[in-house]
Amino acid sequence: MEKDKKKSLSKLADTKYKYGFISDIDSEDFPIGLNEDIIRLISKKKAEPSWLLDFRLKAFCHWQKMKEPTWAKVHYPKIDYQSIYYYASPKLKNKNAPKSLDEVDPKLLAIYDKLGVPLKEREALAGVVAVDAVMDSVSVTTTYKAKLEAQGIIFCSFSEAVKNHPDLVKKYLGSVVPYTDNFFAALNSAVFSDGSFVFIPKGVRCPIELSTYFRINAAKTGQFERTLIVADEGAYVSYLEGCTAPQRDENQLHAAVVEIVVLKDAEVKYSTVQNWFPGDEFGKGGIYNFVTKRGLCAGANAKLSWTQVETGSAITWKYPSCVLKGDGSIGEFNSVALTSHYQQADTGTKMIHLGKNTRSTIIAKSIAAGNSSSTYRGLVKMAKTATAGNNFSRCDNLIIGNKSKTYTVPVMESANPSAKIGHEATTSKISDEQLFFCRQRGLSEEEAISLIVNGFCKEVMQKLPMEFAMEATKLIQVSLEGVSIG
Amino acid sequence: MSFFEIKDLVAGTEDKTILSGFNLSINKGEVHAIMGPNGTGKSTLANIICGNPKYKITSGKIIFKDKDISTLSVDERAHLGLFLGFQNPVEIEGISVITFLKYAVNAKRKFEGKDKIAAPDFLKMIKVRATALGISDEMLKRPLNVGFSGGEKKRIETLQMAVLEPDFCILDEMDSGLDIDALKVVSDGVNVLAKDKTRAFLLITHYDRLLTLIKPDFVHIMNGGKIVKTGDENLAKELEAKGYQGIING
Repeated sequence: MEKDKKKSLSKLADTKYKYGFISDIDSEDFPIGLNEDIIRLISKKKAEPSWLLDFRLKAFCHWQKMKEPTWAKVHYPKIDYQSIYYYASPKLKNKNAPKSLDEVDPKLLAIYDKLGVPLKEREALAGVVAVDAVMDSVSVTTTYKAKLEAQGIIFCSFSEAVKNHPDLVKKYLGSVVPYTDNFFAALNSAVFSDGSFVFIPKGVRCPIELSTYFRINAAKTGQFERTLIVADEGAYVSYLEGCTAPQRDENQLHAAVVEIVVLKDAEVKYSTVQNWFPGDEFGKGGIYNFVTKRGLCAGANAKLSWTQVETGSAITWKYPSCVLKGDGSIGEFNSVALTSHYQQADTGTKMIHLGKNTRSTIIAKSIAAGNSSSTYRGLVKMAKTATAGNNFSRCDNLIIGNKSKTYTVPVMESANPSAKIGHEATTSKISDEQLFFCRQRGLSEEEAISLIVNGFCKEVMQKLPMEFAMEATKLIQVSLEGVSIG
Repeated sequence: MSFFEIKDLVAGTEDKTILSGFNLSINKGEVHAIMGPNGTGKSTLANIICGNPKYKITSGKIIFKDKDISTLSVDERAHLGLFLGFQNPVEIEGISVITFLKYAVNAKRKFEGKDKIAAPDFLKMIKVRATALGISDEMLKRPLNVGFSGGEKKRIETLQMAVLEPDFCILDEMDSGLDIDALKVVSDGVNVLAKDKTRAFLLITHYDRLLTLIKPDFVHIMNGGKIVKTGDENLAKELEAKGYQGIING
């Protein structure tokens, strides 16, 4: 089996996709760095209304007073916020792009092959073809668009939503993640590029998984993605974010914000499969994925579930959370975080119970191989008002090899005596006996590890929509290539 | 062609020699039994033949189908047709019996240069063999060996053997923990495979009971890391009567 994934990653690092520094800039394009002028320019370029510019400026002002947090178990060289391009025109992005798949690293193509990525998508992922061109040529998406519109479902880019549905955006933007929330949320609120906007009207059940659409589109939204999803009373939507194929981006820092509002009796399922470039074998050059994701279960019996499979990024720092305000509301967090080489992950969730009879379930699986470090950090908070609140958390860590590390940092706070919080945690290694058994049945060491890891993650994978689950399983397999026990 | 032969094998762990000059020769179509006191190295022998990396070979050879397999990996030996029925089968969380079987079958087919097995063919094949072994559909869906009783685990081991159709099966205390019915079912499973005499079996056991259901051609008594006495099925009966000390000393 090819043990050359290491080499393929370092080859990628040497390709024309070097981030940050671009020598000749069109007069159209922005200077490097961040200041109020740049923010005004971003807003002007996007023809935004004044209230949105206002929002950005307030966020920027606040950000300048904030200090970058350092409490996570992740280490990275200091980020120079003045040496990042906060706006890049499509022309600039395609400057160094390959002209056809023939110019793309064959190792990258091999990965697309293993993951079963359709040909047209490969072209978009490798930057050969602009994303819009692909989207337009896929006729099935046009059919769906009509179906959605007929039911009053709004599903468009964030920028389009600002133009066509400003009242909705204005009402909900920042209502779940205010720009004061944290350093990266403030930065995002100041310079966000684009993202998705979803609105499901009262009582409507969205008939399709809202992913098929944006699987590749994520590549276009860039480093400061902003997504807002609103499910009105009794509505339902399943949203899938991300892409199993490894995505390169010129920009190293990705600080997205995802806000979800779930009204009375509504349900939102948000699934993520993340495989951003993890860096070379020494951990250099990978993407920093510092994301703020939060959902508010605003109404009674509102339900929100987060399911994530994280295998990429040099550093993953995120805590998709639920604020369970409505009585009887339910929050769920299911996660598989696989780290290898020198990847670092500090991820988990926050379940904030405010209403009565609220319930939350956390299933977190970490797999750490190579020299990587994986931390689960969870907060379960039962406020004084959280009568009969109930939480169950289960964190399982699997260590592969003898150099990787896993940590579990569960925090439980309860101010209500009738609330119940339960926590179980296990840490294990792939046992020699299990390996020997699998190999005696004819599996190679790699196949055996893959099988055992799949079994370990099963509980979480089952929560993903089927197509996504199959892709995610394949992704884990590919990510484990070259990983050995010794 | 030498089907299976162990020549002057000296082997054990890093710290301890367990097999001290072990010799054994098995031909195709034969059923051999190895009996011996606890701690004499019977399970170690089975593990070493199958390549468990926990053990090291100091000197000697293990020949299977004319090849010296002592340097081959665990899965390479499996692909040659070697099967170990484990004494204490491990659990694998989250992987159902049927999923595991599919992986094993496809690993074998990959080695043989075949495509993965088609789902309907696979299901049919499994169903037939599972039914013969008294394994329900429900058990096939359960995670491999998780919470299974001893008897259930041994039935599943036998199912794997029936599905993979190996050429040389080493069954390590297949009978331990089985009730009379389970023992009959497992023995029938072995006898079905043994019938056409294209395979060989090595049964590790303490009790004559198994050997009344699976007729051995040879019975070996092992002590101190080597075979000290060889006979036919009557030796097993003699063992029942005299005990190990009686046979070894007498």
